[in-house]
Amino acid sequence: MMRRDEVLKVLARHVSDDIVVPVYTTAFDWIAIHPHPLNYLCVGAMGLAPSHALGLALGRPDKRVLVLDGDGSLLMNLGSLVTVAEAAPRNFVHFVFENGTYEANGAHPIPGRDRIDFAGFARAAGYPSCHNFDDLAMFEKDIAALLRQDGPVFINLKVEPGSPPVYDYKLMHSEKLRSDFKAALNG
Amino acid sequence: MQVDVGTRSGGMADTGLLQGSGIIREIKAARIEFVVSVPDITTSEGLLRPLARDNSPRLIRVCKEDEGVAICAALAYCNRRSLLLIQHTGLLDSINAIRAVAVEYSLPICMMVGLLQKEPGVPPPQSKQYGVRIVEPILDAMGVAHHRIETDIDIGRIGPAIETAYAESQPVVLTIGRRPS
Repeated sequence: MMRRDEVLKVLARHVSDDIVVPVYTTAFDWIAIHPHPLNYLCVGAMGLAPSHALGLALGRPDKRVLVLDGDGSLLMNLGSLVTVAEAAPRNFVHFVFENGTYEANGAHPIPGRDRIDFAGFARAAGYPSCHNFDDLAMFEKDIAALLRQDGPVFINLKVEPGSPPVYDYKLMHSEKLRSDFKAALNG
Repeated sequence: MQVDVGTRSGGMADTGLLQGSGIIREIKAARIEFVVSVPDITTSEGLLRPLARDNSPRLIRVCKEDEGVAICAALAYCNRRSLLLIQHTGLLDSINAIRAVAVEYSLPICMMVGLLQKEPGVPPPQSKQYGVRIVEPILDAMGVAHHRIETDIDIGRIGPAIETAYAESQPVVLTIGRRPS
């Protein structure tokens, strides 16, 4: 089991001008570790992050798109795995931070906790490259090579919470953040 | 709010029919690059089937309609135009995504929505189908502009509605009230 914030710190070393679509608790950790105008926080409704990321990947095939999804979030939109695999964007990397809970909503367990196999879902949906990590050293060793692969790539990360973030939903849904993103993307 | 965007018939007479080819011409003229769709029986043969045979706009098949709302939103950030082609049942299923992404984020999500089992020639609020009757009142409550596409003479509404959606960065719904030929 890994700490989410430590995983994100490792990942941040490999992210430059990529578009990153993080969700919920991971989003607040991510923007503290890697503040950047190409962080796309405006997913609007739970579960939709991979769909937003697919739109970004289709709209900007010149840029790599990383989605930092949650396990509870992905369970709300499992069909998106099939949609992404069908569209097959080469610039798409799908991370799932599996902590087994709806952390931002009281930390209740997700259905099927510890029984379901997210990488298995992705493989069955047609993602050509699917991986599981529960050890930070292994993740650190492999991540650069995985990010060089043609997508869609699926990476499931078994994590425990790090320090509780500040849940600033006003910022997450702010018009300024959205306009800054659009300006950075098209500037 | 059913909006009058200034209809232009494009030289089409009101035959009481609705030609899919005319709708597709308008979609292309509006510079739509992506059609995102869950199949809808009203538009299946007259719209989706010919669109699927064409390379442009690119067809993205999704499993559920709210995925499409998000995909179209993200494409809008990339300055790429898209159209979500769905059934009214999928619109109803996607209310929260439309609320959050299209309305609260003020994004030009353009939705073409087949009205399943609406009686041709009957205004949607007077349909015998409960699900059809409630579509326009729900869109009104959400503040989403909508236009009825029932016959060929309505096809001229499509282009201006899409242009307005992008100019004002607001969602729009175009309801398809009969099966296009």
